[in-house]
Amino acid sequence: MADVLKKVPVREQDPKVRATNFDEVCLGYNKEEAIEEATRCLHCKNAKCVQGCPVNINIPEFIAELKEGKIEEAYKVISQSSALPAICGRVCPQESQCEGKCIRGIKGEPVSIGKLERFTADWARENGIKPPAPETRNGRKVAVIGSGPSGLTCAGDLAKYGYDVTIFEALHEPGGVLVYGIPEFRLPKLDVVAKEVENVKSLGVKIETNVIIGKSVTIDELMDEEGFEAVFIGSGAGLPMFMGIPGETAKGVFSANEYLTRNNLMKAFRDDYDTPIVHGKKVAVVGGGNVAMDAARTALRLGAEVHIVYRRSEAELPARAEEVHHAKEEGIIFDLLTNPKEILVDENDNVAGIRCIRMELGEPDASGRRRPVEIPGSEFDIAVDTVIMSLGTSPNPLISSTTIGLDTNRRKCIIADEETGQTSKNGVFAGGDAVTGAATVILAMGAGKAAAKGIHEFLSAK
Amino acid sequence: MYRILKAGQLAGNIYEMVVEAPRVAKRCLPGQFVIVKMDEVGERIPLTICDYDREAGTITIVFQPVGASTEKFTQLRTGDAFRDFVGPLGQPSDLCLESELEETKKKKILFVAGGVGTAPVYPQVKWLHEHGVAADVIVGAKTKDLVILEDKFKAVSGNLYITTDDGSYGRSGMVTKVIDDLLTNEGKSYDHCVAIGPMIMMKFCCLTTKKYNLKTIVSMNPIMVDGTGMCGACRVMVGDEVKFACVDGPEFDGHLIDFDAAMRRQAMYKTEEGRKLLELREGRTHHGGCGNCGGDK
Repeated sequence: MADVLKKVPVREQDPKVRATNFDEVCLGYNKEEAIEEATRCLHCKNAKCVQGCPVNINIPEFIAELKEGKIEEAYKVISQSSALPAICGRVCPQESQCEGKCIRGIKGEPVSIGKLERFTADWARENGIKPPAPETRNGRKVAVIGSGPSGLTCAGDLAKYGYDVTIFEALHEPGGVLVYGIPEFRLPKLDVVAKEVENVKSLGVKIETNVIIGKSVTIDELMDEEGFEAVFIGSGAGLPMFMGIPGETAKGVFSANEYLTRNNLMKAFRDDYDTPIVHGKKVAVVGGGNVAMDAARTALRLGAEVHIVYRRSEAELPARAEEVHHAKEEGIIFDLLTNPKEILVDENDNVAGIRCIRMELGEPDASGRRRPVEIPGSEFDIAVDTVIMSLGTSPNPLISSTTIGLDTNRRKCIIADEETGQTSKNGVFAGGDAVTGAATVILAMGAGKAAAKGIHEFLSAK
Repeated sequence: MYRILKAGQLAGNIYEMVVEAPRVAKRCLPGQFVIVKMDEVGERIPLTICDYDREAGTITIVFQPVGASTEKFTQLRTGDAFRDFVGPLGQPSDLCLESELEETKKKKILFVAGGVGTAPVYPQVKWLHEHGVAADVIVGAKTKDLVILEDKFKAVSGNLYITTDDGSYGRSGMVTKVIDDLLTNEGKSYDHCVAIGPMIMMKFCCLTTKKYNLKTIVSMNPIMVDGTGMCGACRVMVGDEVKFACVDGPEFDGHLIDFDAAMRRQAMYKTEEGRKLLELREGRTHHGGCGNCGGDK
């Protein structure tokens, strides 16, 4: 008899093997494992997990269906709240959301809600189950800018309300960060992302790629000339930050965005694709978030020895626990309490190393985390040929700077009402990283969902 | 898909294509560029806009194959299509803004165009001509057969000076020599210069115009991926500031650019690109087992 206090373990690719390929790390539950794990759910009346979910999936209900082996029914329950369950089951930070609130977690391990969601969504896809199509169409046009998590969710919900929705995507492939940012080994593009995008399209949503709002066409033109009655901005936070230290323009210094975009969107890891990527031998990734882990694990798979350079200690790493765990298993070296001061270059301007200083933790800062302070005289060099800067991103000003009457805050984030997504401009709504700055897939989905409701109320009252 | 309505060769290895892209054609201005991707596996390649027709909804691009991807572009014919074509990207030229027209009219302007860089100069000179400003233009090419767009320039330029490196047509010598001749021996004076061409040409143009204290704008064409500010691959040092060519540029004050650093960055993927190009041109035949490129493995 399995230990009821513990999760049914999930099968994963062996770390030594997966460090050399781009196939998915986590293999997920099979039906027997999923049903066994489902029996661990206590079916709380006042379920805390639902409150922990940014899109409020009825978790006890879908798990109850699953326990009975009614997987299609379970999928329908999830579909009421989420358009992208196969994605969320893989990339949500469950430990701080649904699973973080699970009563099972008080004495033992919480129910593995993420893995159950993933199993349900994967089973539905493999068995050709589609989300139910909208019953009515009202023909009113709404534009959604960006096909990332917030845009897809907002578009899907608007289509269910009956609107005629067009998504405008700047890149050549829909999916936003799901396609250019998160690597294949965490989120398969063809089998998972493309299929969930297809599901959104099957609700009647149109997607026009290669349209950069603010450049190809403006929001004012969409509303005045192309007949869109409302617009949702879900353009994400795409601009990479650099440190401003010497040597940052040297050859061999990349933003995590560039490195990941080349590898994920442009598929540089595959020989049959044309886009090149630098195969570093020794790589330093600066930063400690999920994106840093993704960049590090990508560099590892391309054949490098990889160091994560992070200025605080392990407890402050912003990345999901699972990502840090996987990175360590695969052999990523963590240089913690370490901060870069300068990138060293050779006579041809190639990266030759990175000069760092040791740090210690002082008093808590505004974020509540203990502030890292330099230890004087502790400088040392790490010999590397590639440096990947993963310090966070900020919203792209292309849209805010070309839309009359759209207010932003000092961080260039669009100001929008949390409940409805309404911005300072009539008929224009926003959500996701474009509003909050870089956050998570599921929070962006939550914002897209709220904005769809906000848009529906706005247009119904018009 | 973005249909190619006309594909042809302007000269030697310089190609011209007219592509159907109504959204780009409706909004683009001189100085801006597009990103083109040929097929599923292709790279995103930034190309300057040579001309546009707002009514027909078309963009004219001119390019010279420099890597595997642009080499593949040359195989496309009239009636074929690009998978992706996005734009307009970057900032328009400061000279081609309606709001600045009164100021621009007061200036004496010199354009210096070199090689395939002649193409992005054309829409600027044409726009100025249509707005009543006659700018002088120097067009430089290696040799007579590589001079492009001469008739088009004749119709829109003030004075047109053509020069070839080998003296086979027009004046003889590099464009920098023509700049010197005009300013020193031929009594010309200018307030504003725009130089577009290979990086090395722009570098020497800027060194030349600096002597005359002639403000010079150049158009940078660094390595790029998305073209929307997302990847930062295209960062260039302008003075002591880091700028992204795709959103802040592509045009910058040439006297503030560190061309040597920019040229080094541009060479970043040279070996890998060269490998792909060789494979494309020669198939597997070049894999004689020299052991150097690893392509036979």
